[in-house]
Amino acid sequence: MELQLTPEHEMVRKMVREFAEREIAPTIKEHDRSQTFDRSLLPKMAAQGLLGICIPVKYGGAGMDYLSLGLACEELERVDTSARVILSVHVGLNSMTLLQWATEEQKQAYLVPQAMGERIATYGLTEPNAGSDVAGIQTTARRDGDHYVLNGEKMWISLADVADQFLIFAYTDKSQRHRGMSAFIVEREFPGVHTGTIHGKMGVRAGNTGSISLQDARVPAKNLLGHEGEGFKIAMSALDNGRYTVACGSVGLIRACLEASVRYAHERYAFGQPIGQHQLVQQMIARMAQRLDAGRLLCYQAGWLKNQGVRNTRETSMAKWYCCDAAFDSAADAVQIHGAYGYSDEYDVERYLRNSKGAVIYEGSREIHQIMQAQYALGYREDRPLRCELPAYDQDAWEAEA
Amino acid sequence: MHVIVCIKSVPDTTEVRFNPETNTLMRDEVESIINPFDTYAIEEGLRLTEAHGGKVTVLSMGPPKAEKELKEAIAMGCHEAVLLSAREFAGSDTWATAYTLAQAIRKLGDYDIVLCGKQAMDGDTGQVGPGIANQLGISQLTYVSKIREVDLEGRSITVERLLEEGREMVRTQLPALLTVVKDINQPRYPTFRGIRRARNMQLPTWTPDDLPGIERQYLGLDGSPTKVIRVFTPPPREEKVQMIAGETVEEMADLLAGKLIAEKVV
Repeated sequence: MELQLTPEHEMVRKMVREFAEREIAPTIKEHDRSQTFDRSLLPKMAAQGLLGICIPVKYGGAGMDYLSLGLACEELERVDTSARVILSVHVGLNSMTLLQWATEEQKQAYLVPQAMGERIATYGLTEPNAGSDVAGIQTTARRDGDHYVLNGEKMWISLADVADQFLIFAYTDKSQRHRGMSAFIVEREFPGVHTGTIHGKMGVRAGNTGSISLQDARVPAKNLLGHEGEGFKIAMSALDNGRYTVACGSVGLIRACLEASVRYAHERYAFGQPIGQHQLVQQMIARMAQRLDAGRLLCYQAGWLKNQGVRNTRETSMAKWYCCDAAFDSAADAVQIHGAYGYSDEYDVERYLRNSKGAVIYEGSREIHQIMQAQYALGYREDRPLRCELPAYDQDAWEAEA
Repeated sequence: MHVIVCIKSVPDTTEVRFNPETNTLMRDEVESIINPFDTYAIEEGLRLTEAHGGKVTVLSMGPPKAEKELKEAIAMGCHEAVLLSAREFAGSDTWATAYTLAQAIRKLGDYDIVLCGKQAMDGDTGQVGPGIANQLGISQLTYVSKIREVDLEGRSITVERLLEEGREMVRTQLPALLTVVKDINQPRYPTFRGIRRARNMQLPTWTPDDLPGIERQYLGLDGSPTKVIRVFTPPPREEKVQMIAGETVEEMADLLAGKLIAEKVV
């Protein structure tokens, strides 16, 4: 057994760290305050290959493995959650889902430009009245000749206002409940597709979040992803990858909290000594270090399983549940260590706290993951093989040119 | 165009530790990085070959693990890399280092420009670059902040040097060795393509046996004319603080100015 990253992984980590520190950190506070999404970040991430990091070279990607995706998420969220969210929706939820389920023709039409960063993509499952209750979505898709006609409203969609193409889930046969759900690749340019921006979020204020409205939106039948009725399985398999990016990002947020807290604990004096000498501050710092190591190992486990091509729904859910709670707790402690300064936006830790709360809710709330883990432990739940599994990472295949 | 960039693997910390036995730097315990000044040399090498064609070869002398830094240079886009690593090279001072690197550059064959960072952030001497130029018998242009022109046919190069008194524009013939300052460019990030290339690349490691005509008495600690007698931390300076008091800002400024003039500070 080996628990060591390769030198190439270390290079990926270092490269993304430098990128985040140089391209995102200098302006993040400004964008967070003004609730603006820095669109100029997308072409920079594209040029760097980040938008196709774990997609094979022959599909326009960078040809790295799934662990590299996790490391990139960790480094991006160490600077700000909004940057990691881009990878979560564009790569984790959308591009990896196309890699897993799309036909060759669909991959050429949609995955290639996404991996090259020419087209930005996101994922539309959540609705105003359906989050955790996925089968409760109300969007419908009606077959009309060689098109489907979609109607419905998607909400809390990251990059809704920015993305060029969406993965939309809708009922083709509502009577069959989740067996009647289907997945569609929808372009912004299709008639009947409109998006809006949501303002006033507690955190991830530098991120773009919005809604997608589908009003008799006409989608070519060839844009059906998978078969009719496979939508629920596709949605859940996408979450296995999206949740992985969220978990890895949360590890980065824990690291940001720990780094900021250690720095402050050395600088700030109280009762005649640096506050790092006080045992209750030490306890908070020790717990952050514990969460960082434990969270990271859970993420590495999930990433390693993905590389091997082994189903990892349980392990990814565990990583996501643990890391997001751990990031929230660490951010709360980081604010506590910083005292009144931590309560102001003079320091970054208040942003970490606001950003960390979202991930405890999205991509499977804390409660959903607890139920999943209990069901696995009790034997109420087991994962059956999918018609299309996420392909195992194969270095030669990933590096091969088209 | 063939550009050779010499890089050094340095500890990623300002807390440099010494081996008290040999009075040399201890490089084993901390994470190593490419000497930051050398990353500007790499970038400039890549820009030169992008403009004029050709290749960039990176060269480093160091322990086997310095391969990591060479691979990072490959990941940034350098074409080839060679590591000089052998027990005989250990403990080299700047003279022996320059001698050994120059021998390796000779072995690499035809070249147009050798690039180095202006100094290493651990040893801080700034001597190796000029030393290599001296060993090779070529022109040296130090503290270069801008390459204004490279004329490959006329075999000349024109650069700006960043000096304390200002900028100096100089021209010399090729081949030449340049040491660069950080104003010269903004180093690029490694690319995934580069990282994949680095992963699959076997870097050659050269020992004295691979360097024809090398004189072994000039290698390593024994070949180094510099003898470090003692390394010590200077005692902390004892400074006294004097607070300037006065009724008005003008009065305090006047008092301060008087003292500064009396102490010949201004």
